[in-house]
Amino acid sequence: MASIELHNPARSVDTHGHDHHDDHEHEEGTFLTKYIFSQDHKVIAKQFLISGMIWAILGGTLSSLFRLQLGFPDMDMSILKPILGGWIEDGKLNPEFYLAMVTMHGTIMVFFVLTAGLSGTFSNFLIPLQIGARDMASGFLNMLSYWFFFASSVLMMWSMFIETGPASGGWVIYPPLSALPQASPGSGTGMTMWLFSMALFIVSSLLGSINYVSTVINMRTKGMTFSRLPLTIWAFFFTAIIGILSFPVLFSAALLLIFDRSLGTSFYLSEIYINGEALPNMGGSPILFQHLFWFLGHPEVYIVILPALGITSEIIAVNSRKPIFGYKAMIGSIMAITLLSFIVWAHHMFVTGMNPFLGSIFMFLTLIIAIPSAVKAFNYITTLWRGNIVFTPAMLFSIGLVSFFISGGLTGVALGNSAIDIQLHDTYFVVAHFHLVMGSAAFFGMVAGVYHWFPKMFGRMMNEKLGYLHFWMTFVGIYCIFFPMHYTGIAGFPRRYYSFTTYDTFKTFGDLNAFISTAAIITFFAQFLLVFNFFYSIFRGRRAPLNPWRSNTLEWTTPIHPGHGNWVGEIPHVFRWPYDYSKPGAEEDFIMQTVPYSETTSSNLEGEVDPVEEESSSKVHA
Amino acid sequence: MNDKKLPIWNQATDDAQPTLSMNPKKFSMWLFLLSVVMIFASLTSGYIVRKAEGNWVDFELPPIFWLTTGILIVSSFTHHLAFVNAKKDNLAQVKGWMLITALLGVSFLVTQWYSWVYLVNINVYFSGNNVAGSFLYVLTGLHMLHVVSAVIFVLITTWRTQFDKVHSKNLLGIELCATYWHFLDVLWIYLFFFLSVFH
Repeated sequence: MASIELHNPARSVDTHGHDHHDDHEHEEGTFLTKYIFSQDHKVIAKQFLISGMIWAILGGTLSSLFRLQLGFPDMDMSILKPILGGWIEDGKLNPEFYLAMVTMHGTIMVFFVLTAGLSGTFSNFLIPLQIGARDMASGFLNMLSYWFFFASSVLMMWSMFIETGPASGGWVIYPPLSALPQASPGSGTGMTMWLFSMALFIVSSLLGSINYVSTVINMRTKGMTFSRLPLTIWAFFFTAIIGILSFPVLFSAALLLIFDRSLGTSFYLSEIYINGEALPNMGGSPILFQHLFWFLGHPEVYIVILPALGITSEIIAVNSRKPIFGYKAMIGSIMAITLLSFIVWAHHMFVTGMNPFLGSIFMFLTLIIAIPSAVKAFNYITTLWRGNIVFTPAMLFSIGLVSFFISGGLTGVALGNSAIDIQLHDTYFVVAHFHLVMGSAAFFGMVAGVYHWFPKMFGRMMNEKLGYLHFWMTFVGIYCIFFPMHYTGIAGFPRRYYSFTTYDTFKTFGDLNAFISTAAIITFFAQFLLVFNFFYSIFRGRRAPLNPWRSNTLEWTTPIHPGHGNWVGEIPHVFRWPYDYSKPGAEEDFIMQTVPYSETTSSNLEGEVDPVEEESSSKVHA
Repeated sequence: MNDKKLPIWNQATDDAQPTLSMNPKKFSMWLFLLSVVMIFASLTSGYIVRKAEGNWVDFELPPIFWLTTGILIVSSFTHHLAFVNAKKDNLAQVKGWMLITALLGVSFLVTQWYSWVYLVNINVYFSGNNVAGSFLYVLTGLHMLHVVSAVIFVLITTWRTQFDKVHSKNLLGIELCATYWHFLDVLWIYLFFFLSVFH
C-alpha cells in the first residue's frame, strides 16, 4: 500500500481519549492557534461546518414551532413556555413572534446555513485539496472570514433573545416595515441587530470569496489546467464570483436602509401615515430597495445551489463509476447560470406595478435559465444511466438533490411567467417551489458532501445504515411537506399568515396543514440521525482507508490525516482530467489524476500522451 | 484497494505543465476593487432609478469639487513617482513622494469636507426629504471612507520606507498601495462625472 510511504507515522498515532482534533496533534502551536484561530483551511472548513450545523438545528427548530401553529392552531402551547417564555400568551403563540420566527428561519437558512455552512465548509475544504495547493491564497484572511462570520452569528443569535424579539419583516426586509421602528416590535432593536449582523456577514463572505477565486486561479499544481479541474471546483469558483459581485449590492441596500432608520434620510420612505399621522419622510421609493435587494437576492439562490450542484457532479460521477456526462457542457451551464443570475432579479417584483414590457423581458431572461438547468439535470441522469452505481449515503443524497432540482425547477418555469406569477405571488406555491429547488436541493448537496468527504475530514467513516435511514426519512419527509403546499398555493393560500382558520376559503386545508406539520416535525427530528452519526463517527467511526470511494481527485492522495500543508513532500502533479472512471482497457475502474498517460498505455485514447513525450520532439514547452 | 500508482510525484518527473498564475495577493486586491466597484455601481444605478421617478431637487454641485479632483489627480502622480523611484532603488525619493502623497490624501479629505459645508450653506442636508442631496452625501462620504483607508495604507507604506523595506526587490506592498490609490482616483473622477451629468 502506497499509504505507508505517504504516511508519516507520527500522524497515525491513535489518540483515544483525546478530543476529535486528533488529526492535528503533531502540529506546532498552542490549542488556540491550532483549533480556534487556525489558518489551516481544513480547520476553518470544520469550523464553518459545525457552526452551520448549529444554525441548521436552530433554523429547523423555528420552522417546527411555526408549523405547530399552522398545523394545529387550537393547540395549547403552554408546555413550550419554559423555552419561549412571554412569547406564549394564554397557550397561544404570539403573532408578532410568529412573524419573527418566519423571518429568522429564512435568514438563518439562506445565509448562515446554506451560504456560510455550505460554501464556507466545502470551498474551504476542497479547493486547496482538489487543485493541489498547500492552503488558501491568504490563510489569514480566511481565518478573518470565519471570525467575521462568527461575530455576525453572535449578533444574530443575540437578537433572538432581546425583549422585543428579532427582526420580523421577512428575510427580504422590505421597507417600510423594516425602516420604521413603529411598524412592529421586531423592527426596532431586532432589525438594527439584523442589519449589523448582515454587514459583518457580507464582510465575511467577501473575504471568503476573494480567497476562493484567487486560490483557484493562482495556486493550482502543475498540470492542473482549467480543463482538468473537478466540477466541484468550477462550481465553487463561480459561486465565489457571484458572491463578489452581488454581496456589495446588499451592502449598499442595507447602508441606505440604516440611514433611513437612524439618520432621518428618505431613500425608501414616502408619504406614510401611522395611526392617522403623516411621517415627515417624502420622496423615497420602497421599490428601489427591492431592486437593490433582489440584485443580491436572486444571485444568492445560485450561491446556495451551485456548490451543491458541484458536489453532486463529483459524487454522482464517482459512484456511477463513469465519467461525468458532458463535462464541458456542465462548465458551460454553470457559466450561463452565473451570467443569467444577474439579469433576472425583477422576476421577484412582478407585482410591484412594473412596466409590463419590462416584465416580459425579465420573464424571457428567467425562462432561459431553464436551459442550463435542464442541461445539468439531464447530464446527471445520463451519468447515472448504465453506470455501476454504488449506493453510498452520499450518492443517495446526490440523487435526491437531482430529484428536488427537477421537481422544484419545473414549478420555477411556471412561476417565471409573469401572468402566472401575479396569481401565485406570495402563496404557498412559491414556498413549495423554493424550498424544493433551492432549500432542500442545496441541503441535500451539503449533506451529501458531509457523507462523502467525512473520511477526509476526520479520517473515519460514517455509519452507512444510519445514513440510509436518514436519507429515506428526509427524502420522503421533504416530499410530504412540500408537495401538498403546491396544492394549497394554487388555491391561493398566502404565505407568512399567522392564522388561516379565520378565512372560510382556507379552513378546509386544516387537515392538510396538520399533515404537513407532522411530516415537517418528523423530518426535523430525523436530522438528529445525521448529527448523532457525525459526532459519534468522529470519535468511534470505522477507520477510513486512504481512498474509500476509489475516487480520482487529488484530495485522496493526501495522508489520511493531512497536516497543515496537506501533502508530505512535493505536491503531486496532474496529468489527466478527474473523470477517468471505467476507462476501457484500464486495469482498475478508476485512474487517479496523478497517473501519467505513459503508465496507462493499455487504456490511452488517441492523442493521450504525456507532455514529456512531446518534449522529446520539441523542447519548446520545457 | 490498489494504490500502487500513487507516489508518482516521487519519481522527480517534471513533465506536467505549470499553470497560468499571478501573485495571489495582487489578484485578491483586484477582486476587492471589483467588490468596491459593485458598491458604487449599485448606488449610482439606484440614483438613476430614483431620479427617473421624478420629484428630484436640483442644486449646484459644490465648485470645490474641481479643486479636490485636482488634488487627487496630482496625488496619483506623486504616488506613481514614488513607485518609479522604488523600482530604481532611489530610497530617499520614495520616502519623500510617499509622504507627499499621504499629505495630498489628507488635504483631499479636508477640502472634500468643505464641499459638505458648502452643501449645508445652500440648505442641502443629509437627512430630510431631499433624496438627491442624501445621495450626494452618501456617494462622497463612502468614497472618503475608502480614501481614509487608502491614506492609512499609504502611511503604512511610508513607514516601511523608513526601514528601507520598499525597494526594487520588494515592490509588492507599494504596488498594491498604488493600485488602490489610482483606483480611488479613477473612482472619484467617475463619481464627479456621474454627478455632473445626472444632477
